[in-house]
Amino acid sequence: MQYTVHFGQVVKYIPYLLGGAWLSFQIAFLAFCGGMVIGLAGAMAKTFGNRFLRGIVNGYVTFFTNTPQLVQIYFIFFGLPQFGLVLSPYEVVLVGMTINAGAYATEIQRAGFLSVHRSELEAAETVGMSLLQSVRYVILPHLAKVLYPPFSNLYIIMTLGTSMAAIFGVEELTGRSFNVNATTFRSIEVFSITAGLYILVTIVASFVLLYLGRWLFRVKGKVF
Amino acid sequence: MSDSLLQEIPRFFTYYNCIFLLQAAWRTIALSAVGCVVGFAIGFFLAILRITRERHLLVVRIPSIGYVEFFRRVPFLVTLMFMFFTFQVLKFQFSVFTVAMITVCLIASGFVAEIVRAGIESVHITQWDAGEVLNFTLAQKLRLVIVPQAWKVILPPAFSFFISFIKDTALASQIGVIELTYAGKVFNNKGFSAILVFGTILIMYFIISYPLTRFGRWMEGKLGVSKH
Amino acid sequence: MAYLSIENIFASYKDDKPVLAGVGFSVEKGEIASLIGPSGSGKSTLLRVLVGLTKPKSGRVLLDGAPISYANRKALREARDRFAIVFQQYNLFQNMTALRNVTVAPIKVKKRNPQEVEKEAIVLLEKVGLGEKLNSYPDELSGGQQQRVAIARALALKPDILLLDEVTSALDPELINEVLDTIRLLAREGMTMVIVSHEMAFVREVSSKVVFMDEGKVVEIGNPKEILDHPKTPRAREFMAKILRH
Repeated sequence: MQYTVHFGQVVKYIPYLLGGAWLSFQIAFLAFCGGMVIGLAGAMAKTFGNRFLRGIVNGYVTFFTNTPQLVQIYFIFFGLPQFGLVLSPYEVVLVGMTINAGAYATEIQRAGFLSVHRSELEAAETVGMSLLQSVRYVILPHLAKVLYPPFSNLYIIMTLGTSMAAIFGVEELTGRSFNVNATTFRSIEVFSITAGLYILVTIVASFVLLYLGRWLFRVKGKVF
Repeated sequence: MSDSLLQEIPRFFTYYNCIFLLQAAWRTIALSAVGCVVGFAIGFFLAILRITRERHLLVVRIPSIGYVEFFRRVPFLVTLMFMFFTFQVLKFQFSVFTVAMITVCLIASGFVAEIVRAGIESVHITQWDAGEVLNFTLAQKLRLVIVPQAWKVILPPAFSFFISFIKDTALASQIGVIELTYAGKVFNNKGFSAILVFGTILIMYFIISYPLTRFGRWMEGKLGVSKH
Repeated sequence: MAYLSIENIFASYKDDKPVLAGVGFSVEKGEIASLIGPSGSGKSTLLRVLVGLTKPKSGRVLLDGAPISYANRKALREARDRFAIVFQQYNLFQNMTALRNVTVAPIKVKKRNPQEVEKEAIVLLEKVGLGEKLNSYPDELSGGQQQRVAIARALALKPDILLLDEVTSALDPELINEVLDTIRLLAREGMTMVIVSHEMAFVREVSSKVVFMDEGKVVEIGNPKEILDHPKTPRAREFMAKILRH
């Protein structure tokens, strides 16, 4: 084997890569928030809307959860200009990931709504709570507990999903690793360090989400 | 624009283009299916390694935990790049399809290992004790008692993973595997309307994935009711 | 000399908190000893030690004069030839019929002749009153029926001593009696048993010896009348007062 591993050459790029990780985080976070908003709207529509509205939401969810995010983004990236709409790669990826996330978020939220048992609401009524009070003290805490784990999971998945932004030239973590690879040609070192950074980032995210969940919503769980 | 789109359709759906698309679809299916089957075998084995309570195998447990966490916490694209260049450096003359296939199997095994572990842990611990006091060996406990009960908890998420895995194979296009997404890029580069091209690709993925999703739901329903 | 002699057993769980701190008592052949006491007193742990699920830190167990070792795999197997245990719940293998539950160990572990084993298993299941339920799966059986199958399964390996760990505690009240009847039957047949139970009336009726445990130690031993009606030690009296209040 003529290739000898030289991590030294790549290690100096770690700050640069970390800058990319920050961008990855931004994309994931924004898309996640946007997705949650869509999810709420979608879940509401499915629970309270008429048949037509439910059909549209169903179609949206079914389509976007049965097709790859990468191709969805390709569609937007190359398709939008045909409508005369030109967005930057960053924006395209953000829009694409948000729409994709919205479909999964809708499913998660809908399952959450369905999990609220009527008996809980009845119990709240018998104790004399008004509708507003029962929402605030019974429904929301229950929902938070039920929704938190799947949403945490979705967030981690999305963090990893930001990696495909590199394909469109966005200089998040993976994108920057491509740059470093092109500069140093130390492929194994570059990608193993990048992998390590993703592992680090997701482990930190997992722990943060875990403690946040325990503190805010008293949701139990573990990372490993 | 919609006029030109309609005009493009017959130019796009020529015999050769369709064959090309179907071959690409076939590669997508192959990557997913083989990846999941092989991944399941490896993952199953890893899960068993992990649940054999501390005792003798701690040395093997920690690397297996590391392995599982690696493939679950690194994006598909990065893992793929890593594998691609590693094989290149080691002078393995693998085709991109083979590289993608190997990567897919390894990633799948990481996820399956977690699913199987959850399934095994869902079996009440007293079932282990009951086997233990009847002097079952570990193999007997797993084969006769634990795994037959863990199946029901393993199958739905495993199948659901399989379906989502089909979507992940889209990234294999980035190292040059001629699967569906790559086919999309090819036609897009040739000048066909992106909406037509990628719309078709999306629909093809949908046709592969949706029936499986429905089947998965049906299966979940049956597993919930049936006993053995 | 006593048939079963438990001497000075010390045991603790992973966090080093002592669960058993010098437990000892003896049981004669054909005798039924009941262990009573508050939760956490180590009663179940003692049974687990006897059957080799929990390793004792020190102490001795003697059966018919010979010491029982739990030191290695082989010793554990032999120990389990002598002691059989029935747990509080989740005893039965959910994926096997009642008959299969009883026959699986003699066939797969002891490598005995399947036809013989099956004949014996049918006899055992009939003895516990489940001759009609041979091919039923656990989720088709009531809790009481499941526990009776579990007892049959324990007896299939012809143990010297049967250990029953709160076998009725997880049952609905109306199902408890069928299990107690089975235990009464075994008692009449002279099976040596160590029972952990909260059913004080049953303990009084069926045991020849009652062992009161608290905080990992044996606090008082005596016959049922002595311990249950006239406990000598303050802790035993406290416990009996609490139990008998309802």
